[in-house]
Amino acid sequence: MITVAFLKAAIIAGTPLLFATLGEIITEKAGNLNLGVEGMMLMGAVIGFQMGYSSNSPLLALIFAALAGGIGAFIYAFLTVSLRANQVVSGLALTIFGTGFAGFVGQKLVGLKMTDEFNDFFRELKIPGLGDIPYFGEILFNHDMFVYLGFITAIILGLYLYKTGRGLNLRAVGENPAAADAASVRITRYKYIHILIGGALCGLGGAYLSLVYVPVWQENITAGRGWIAVALVIFSAWNPYRAIFGAYLFGGLDIIGFRLQGTGIAISQYVFDMVPYVVTIIILVIVSLRKDKRNAPPKSLGEPYFREER
Amino acid sequence: MKNGSAYVSMRDITKIFGTVKATDNMNLDVTKGEIHALLGENGAGKSTLMNMLSGIYIPDSGHIFIDNKENRFTSPRDAIKAGVGMIHQHFKLVEVLTALDNILLGYNVGLFVNKRIQKEQINKIMEKFQLDVDLDKYVFDMSVGEKQTLEILKTLYRGARILILDEPTAVLTPQETVKLFKIMRRMKNQDCSVIFISHKMNEVMEIADRVTVLRKGRTIDTLIKENSNPQELTELMVGRPVDLSIKRIDKLTDKVVFKVRNLRADNEEKVEVLKGINFEMYQGEILGVAGIAGSGQKELCEALAGLYPIKEGEISFKGEDLAGKNPKEFITRGISMSFIPEDRLGMGLVANMDMVDNILLKQYHKSKGFLVKRKPAAEKAKEIIQKLDVITPGVHHPIKNLSGGNIQKVLLGRELDSHPELLITAYPVRGLDINTCLKIYDILNEEKKKGVSILYIAEDLDSLLGLCDRIMVISNGEVTGIVDARKATKEQLGLMMLGNKEVDNAD
Ligand SMILES: Nc1ncnc2c1ncn2[C@@H]1O[C@H](COP(=O)(O)OP(=O)(O)OP(=O)(O)O)[C@@H](O)[C@H]1O
Ligand SMILES: [Mg+2]
Repeated sequence: MITVAFLKAAIIAGTPLLFATLGEIITEKAGNLNLGVEGMMLMGAVIGFQMGYSSNSPLLALIFAALAGGIGAFIYAFLTVSLRANQVVSGLALTIFGTGFAGFVGQKLVGLKMTDEFNDFFRELKIPGLGDIPYFGEILFNHDMFVYLGFITAIILGLYLYKTGRGLNLRAVGENPAAADAASVRITRYKYIHILIGGALCGLGGAYLSLVYVPVWQENITAGRGWIAVALVIFSAWNPYRAIFGAYLFGGLDIIGFRLQGTGIAISQYVFDMVPYVVTIIILVIVSLRKDKRNAPPKSLGEPYFREER
Repeated sequence: MKNGSAYVSMRDITKIFGTVKATDNMNLDVTKGEIHALLGENGAGKSTLMNMLSGIYIPDSGHIFIDNKENRFTSPRDAIKAGVGMIHQHFKLVEVLTALDNILLGYNVGLFVNKRIQKEQINKIMEKFQLDVDLDKYVFDMSVGEKQTLEILKTLYRGARILILDEPTAVLTPQETVKLFKIMRRMKNQDCSVIFISHKMNEVMEIADRVTVLRKGRTIDTLIKENSNPQELTELMVGRPVDLSIKRIDKLTDKVVFKVRNLRADNEEKVEVLKGINFEMYQGEILGVAGIAGSGQKELCEALAGLYPIKEGEISFKGEDLAGKNPKEFITRGISMSFIPEDRLGMGLVANMDMVDNILLKQYHKSKGFLVKRKPAAEKAKEIIQKLDVITPGVHHPIKNLSGGNIQKVLLGRELDSHPELLITAYPVRGLDINTCLKIYDILNEEKKKGVSILYIAEDLDSLLGLCDRIMVISNGEVTGIVDARKATKEQLGLMMLGNKEVDNAD
């Protein structure tokens, strides 16, 4: 029973990571490395919470959380796509900005809670039939709608990337913008749209933390999950399907320390907090040793594109 | 001005990059069903002009008419809509995608791609123009020739009526060139306009209907091929009379300085690529190496410079066996190697750096002290510019902004500057204009006179026969013979390149 509860909790803990990872995957597929994930998550978290608290409408809270992440991403897109500023610097600046912004807006929200009516929107919904399968039903099909949404988003993103014409164009933009441009893909438009969608997904990931996972406002509610998401993108080799698995795995690592405390095995949570990064480094080493062209990062990642440059 | 018969008409086109006037009021008219060649020295502005016709660059001033309608292209997308397709000097393909995906890229706007239907359509085009592309092959697995055919197919699929080919043959084998010309003729018969850029005069004479000559950013003249000849075209291109013959000077001594015995090496897949190579070189001679592309030239070059791991064999230079030593040992003994790869981009220069820093890259370890001294390197850069006629605004201009040919001159200049005793040079004239080719031959002869031994690897048989003392032919990693260049014939070399052991009529 302990394992069922643990695996279920791992999926829940992995859900904010999944949103953020998907957001960063789609951004990086457009050739942009946005290190502002943590900042955009925080912006989504605080705006979502503020909106939910004042309107008592879960839907508005979600929409505004996505918008907040999107606005953060827009600043980043303007800097890196239109002004061709350095992507790493711009992303880091966005994280710093988002952290400050959330701290500022969140000052008067600390300790506040949502109404029961609001929380009811995110109650567990058992999927008829599937939810009754022993063990699996409880682990996989007995969740709040956010968890399902994350799962569905990953599938849709995967279909989009690998099965549609636009997804093909997007992959080409990240690989070789000059080639995509010559093949009449509108580079700037593609970059903006996907960076914005990526930001919105990060915002939603943050909102899951403040609205469902915690769900009380607290300072620095993301606690470095944005960075784990950046690592997860590498772990999942820029593939949305693998991101599902990776996010749930890393979600499990996020909570395992606390779970173990109850059982008397004393391994500090700090040890487990290191694991995602260690795993990512190992994956990086393996990927670069194998020189597999298909699991490699988008080739133009981090480079600005200017048509008349050569 | 409206030109009644011209299908494409470019009028008074000017484009300035920083301080460089790449095209200065250029004009070009191309009719339907015509193959129109563009000739000009490196940096004359050929690629720039064509990039404006295909929407990559936006002209600073001037007008482009297609079918008597004025067009203002702001992106390649606009140009494609107007029926312009360009095969760039450096291919624009996405390596990690398949041929099919590269063709569909940017074209298919439907939500889900139905690959089966698309494939049928593409196959029809392939039949019509007799192209042969494996649609499921990844681009990173393709040879240069395959990539080029794919690029052509891609533009045809988009319905191009105007096809621009920017130095398509620079990287092709003679057989592939023959195939390309067939495709071009077929397009011409379909009433398309084909614009063809090449530095190889014999190709231009073979395929073009009309020729437009450009010089230093200006249009000089448009001539009908039938009424012209290579000599006249070259003179228009260069702006003064030139002697097109390749000079050869007699070999100086009979002293053997370099000896290679039973050289064997494997590639990454553990396939033997050098199968027991034997040869020697005399002081002050030019030994040519001929062979079909991929016969082991690259591995040989690198092995002789200490850059490629060898399995067994002896590389002896002045009696000392260098096999197994590290590359620096080769350099300090005066062995210098330069290799111009097929893509001509990744070739030992750092694109974002200027000439001075690129020269320093090769030499900083020679200078004493902790800090690098830029002054001497800047002097060297100026020397190279003068000696090789490099067209550049200055020594501090980033290398990548030079025209393809000029980048190559910088590379060769840097190699020569290290005063080597053995110079290994592979494809040094790839993509260079005739005049510069001749200049490079002169420089090699100059070095030969000083007693330098030169290993000259090339694909152009005319230059091999004209310049070298002896020619070594390799086929599939083996030496099929070494012949006297004064007596050898093209046919003989061709047969040996295909693997026939020494078809003797020499030495
Ligand atoms: N994107 C660019 N930025 C800066 N300068 C450029 C750029 N493109 C071309 N130039 C300059 O414009 C001039 C013309 O270059 P272009 O590439 O058109 O020559 P080309 O005739 O194609 O020569 P080649 O035979 O060597 O390819 C050169 O002096 C080059 O340095
Ligand atoms: Mg060019």
